[in-house]
Amino acid sequence: MNITTFIIASLIKTVVAIGVLLTGVAYSVWLERKVIGHMQNRWGPTRVGPFGLLQPLADGLKFVFKEDLTPPHVYKSLYLAAPIISLVFALTSIALIPVGNNVTIGGLSIPLQITDVNIGLLIVLGITSLGVYGIALSGWSSNNKYSLLGGLRASAQMVSYEIALGLSLVGVLIMAGSLSLREIVDAQSGFFWGFIPRWNIFHGQFFAFFIYLIAAYAETNRVPFDLPEAETELVAGYHTEYSSMKFAMFFMAEYTNMITVACIATLLFLGGWHGPVFGPPILQAILPVFWFLAKVFVFIFVYIWVRGTLPRFRYDQLMRFGWRYLLPLAIANIVVTALVVALQ
Amino acid sequence: MLHLILFLAFGAVCVAGAVNLLAQRHPINSALSLVVVMGALAGEYLLLGAEFLGAIQVIVYAGAIMVVFVFVIMLLNAGEEERTKGSRVALLFGVPGMLTGSLLIAWVLMHSGMGSIEVGALPGPPKAIARLLFHDFLLPFEVTSVLVLIAIMGAVVLAARPEAAQPKQEEEN
Repeated sequence: MNITTFIIASLIKTVVAIGVLLTGVAYSVWLERKVIGHMQNRWGPTRVGPFGLLQPLADGLKFVFKEDLTPPHVYKSLYLAAPIISLVFALTSIALIPVGNNVTIGGLSIPLQITDVNIGLLIVLGITSLGVYGIALSGWSSNNKYSLLGGLRASAQMVSYEIALGLSLVGVLIMAGSLSLREIVDAQSGFFWGFIPRWNIFHGQFFAFFIYLIAAYAETNRVPFDLPEAETELVAGYHTEYSSMKFAMFFMAEYTNMITVACIATLLFLGGWHGPVFGPPILQAILPVFWFLAKVFVFIFVYIWVRGTLPRFRYDQLMRFGWRYLLPLAIANIVVTALVVALQ
Repeated sequence: MLHLILFLAFGAVCVAGAVNLLAQRHPINSALSLVVVMGALAGEYLLLGAEFLGAIQVIVYAGAIMVVFVFVIMLLNAGEEERTKGSRVALLFGVPGMLTGSLLIAWVLMHSGMGSIEVGALPGPPKAIARLLFHDFLLPFEVTSVLVLIAIMGAVVLAARPEAAQPKQEEEN
């Protein structure tokens, strides 16, 4: 296709992807409040709209109308830039996530991915590692000892668990032989013995999936690793001094990171968009996207489920767990996978 | 043509970041300018066809090493640089000196008679780099790993807290 068609298609895909992602963020907040509520034997939001479905809209309006305070003692330039950095890096990784096969519209074959880079997985990991700056800078620029400690703790935790996160994915890479997200999903097509799908989680990367799960919880600062932002610790950690829209940006960045991590887990371990496909061509184009979204939903549900179930780690327990248990386990997974693949 | 434009764009961002690093008075701004320089360099690596190296530059250098720099600057609570007489003199002699030095280096490099290769001639994809690292240059790779391990052990020993008065109680912890 020529360059104009490519640019127009990419623009449309970008707008749709960001729109769906931000709606997903808003409704994952709703889902969390409902699920945690029911787990704690209470209702969660029920007043605003049926089942509280308009609650995110109400929250958004609240954030817009709240007083936007900039305390006088902050380091202004970085104070204002930090939530922007967090949100930009969180939203950018959606560009590399494929959600389905190519769709054919009017003779053009359009891949359901904004950019298909042959090192897609590395770029997602790189963007994740740059997201640490938003938190570190917000903690420091708030000129508040609680924020500084919270920000440093959060950044140290994220940097430590990034290693285990990346290493747990290497087993999948050894089996797939490529860093391109689309090719990794294509390597998971087909079935074992006719009915068990060849997803990586069933194909030998079972432990890697759980290592990835744990590292992902720590990477996105979620329970049981949410010490940096727990209300009973350090006031509110790195976003103590932030109000209204700037706080909303941190909030959105956290949930966007959750969704990105869920998408990567789906692509690498749960077979991406593979699932039963049947029916007329229009259904055949939409069903893979539906399976992808269903798997991402399951992963996010497990995130919320764990939040409602487990208590929080203390910081030294958290760091010890990451460096002394998770990292050697991830390396052991790589060694075993490499041995098995080499001996085949 | 587009290649030249992109090269000049990334190069301009790189040089602007580097000059900003020197010109800023607060060390945190300098550290963040260095992150911008690393990002622009990663763009240059992509333009040369070394995509793996570009991604690794972002992950390792901009995403981990510079984070440690930023941590240190935040913890040391370093303030803004002062403008003293000595620093003004340094500025007066330093800027022309640096310009002369860089023009000299550029002239030497352009007239040195080194050949050029085309973009993409050197290994770019991860497979090719892996073959180089783990097959052709395995011994230097392993020796460098041991060197890094020695550096880590040295850092741990240097930064360790002094021994407690009762070593037995420390064992029980």
